[in-house]
Amino acid sequence: MTETLKGGPRRGRLRKGTRGVPLPLLVPALAGLAFLVLPLIALLVRTPWRTLPDQLTSPEVWEALRLSLFCATAATALSLVIGVPLAWLLARTDFPGRRLVRALVTLPLVLPPVVGGVALLLALGRNGVVGQWLDSWFGITLPFTTAGVVLAETFVAMPFLVISVEGTLRAADPRYEEAATTLGASRFTAFRRVTLPLIAQGIAAGAVLAWARALGEFGATITFAGNFPGRTQTMPLAVYLALQNDPAAAIALSLVLLAVSIAVLVGLRDRWMTAS
Amino acid sequence: MTHLDDSTALTSGAVHGEGLDARLVVDHGPFRLDIALTAAPGDVVALLGPNGAGKTTALRALAGLAPLTAGHLRLDGTELGRTPPESRPVGVVFQDYLLFPHLTALDNVAFGPRCHGATKAEARAQAAAWLDRMGLADHAGAKPRRLSGGQGQRVALARALATHPRLLLLDEPLAALDARTRLEVRAQLRRHLADFEAVAVLVTHDPLDAMVLADRLVVVEHGRIVQEGTPADIARRPRTDYVAQLVGLNLYKGRATGHTVHLDAGPAITTTEDLTGPVFVAFPPGAVTLFRDRPTGASARNLWRCEVTGLETHGDQIRAALTGELPLTADLTTVAAAELDLHPGAPVWATVKAAQTHAYPA
Repeated sequence: MTETLKGGPRRGRLRKGTRGVPLPLLVPALAGLAFLVLPLIALLVRTPWRTLPDQLTSPEVWEALRLSLFCATAATALSLVIGVPLAWLLARTDFPGRRLVRALVTLPLVLPPVVGGVALLLALGRNGVVGQWLDSWFGITLPFTTAGVVLAETFVAMPFLVISVEGTLRAADPRYEEAATTLGASRFTAFRRVTLPLIAQGIAAGAVLAWARALGEFGATITFAGNFPGRTQTMPLAVYLALQNDPAAAIALSLVLLAVSIAVLVGLRDRWMTAS
Repeated sequence: MTHLDDSTALTSGAVHGEGLDARLVVDHGPFRLDIALTAAPGDVVALLGPNGAGKTTALRALAGLAPLTAGHLRLDGTELGRTPPESRPVGVVFQDYLLFPHLTALDNVAFGPRCHGATKAEARAQAAAWLDRMGLADHAGAKPRRLSGGQGQRVALARALATHPRLLLLDEPLAALDARTRLEVRAQLRRHLADFEAVAVLVTHDPLDAMVLADRLVVVEHGRIVQEGTPADIARRPRTDYVAQLVGLNLYKGRATGHTVHLDAGPAITTTEDLTGPVFVAFPPGAVTLFRDRPTGASARNLWRCEVTGLETHGDQIRAALTGELPLTADLTTVAAAELDLHPGAPVWATVKAAQTHAYPA
């Protein structure tokens, strides 16, 4: 897999010649590029650079950033624990309804996050299908708590991890697992000691993707967990709220998220930016 | 290790048959493999056959990687037909070795002992001993991608042997090697297989590998066994066109009356054997003599009018493929080929002395 990835940029560097680009293609292409880049430039232009240090060191920003990083990381960890086995099941076994299961797993990718939040509320809310039992048996309440934020982010972000890991698993040679079983390894041992190390890169890429998605999660979070500073108010929620009464703070918070996004992109460049 | 093997021999060998006793039936879409295999400890059996004959399917069935549709698989008297691969005392050397790329040579070999309950230190000590035996002590710390083809093959063999299998399976063990390495590795593999005290089954499409490595050949075509026996027996008495081609013989089927064999399709061949009924007749390409013009004075027996369809160099000789009264291949020296002015389409007369043919009951 690394071989083909390595082949990418080398081919991309070949000059393909720009003389022959027809105008009807060039103009919309440039417009598309401008459309994507312009808002980011505007963000940088309007950033109150002078007051930025004060904005960024304010306790509210730090609280939201800390909470965001914690929840996104926890959601990613939860996604890894339950998502990687799910990906293995989808890639390596054949059971009736596998296609349906796969469709269900991908559904949160296209579902409006707000709907996800409502669904979570109906399932895990205090009067929810499962939530009422959690409440009456164990005294566990999930909505409007930090744990609720983690769950909402996991719901939205885990499909990214599952799809990414499943793809890596399908590309990996299943005969290594067979070789391991002929050496006396159970299927689980083969998975743990052979498959997992072989797909580590794919898992890492999927985890970063899921983490980035969790960090930016807004709709499901605000619906399921509310907007309580220090408890459930993550960065995107803080940005939205700040925009109403303190635009400068909103810009500063946005800048932080942009920086994090760029860092993610740099971390994943080998995987996602060599599509040529 | 020795005393352990002895005890196995006493307990299972006395009660049941030791070694391998299998009938493998595997349905794979429209393809069906149905072969019976038996082997005693110490035997090296080669499954030989063209691509798609079902050799690898047979190997996977023995390893437990392909489920049996029917049949049985007994190893040292224990039925293993439904046992999952990880619980079978079977070691496999895969065609492209499948060494775990993230582990060193040492940890690859230690993998099996670890799975069988050895501590990390024990497993590594055993693995080091195996690598030492394979002459690879210097490469213990190398990752598989740093190993040459021959070294990789030996690590794969050590990895398979480190679990002390009672059945060792080798899938095209020399196919991944270049011609020069192949010769050396084949000789080493032969030594290691000779040392191996349990049953070894290897799959190959290369007759030379099979004959050098195995005591017994089992020829598989279309999922069935078409012939089995010692390499010498198979080389002398091929029973199908595939086997005849493998061992480089001209093979015909016919009906014998005394010294004359009337071929099913074509003329008669005179042989030295005195037989009656359905027979095979075989003779090597080197036994054929070619003439530009009908030889005068020669007896008309075993003389056929043919036409050259193809020529290829075969070592320091030219091998000519002929059609006509009798399709056959003939070997001749380059000089003879030049004197005869052989080229595709050239008419020739081919003759074989009766003493150089070999007839045997079909």
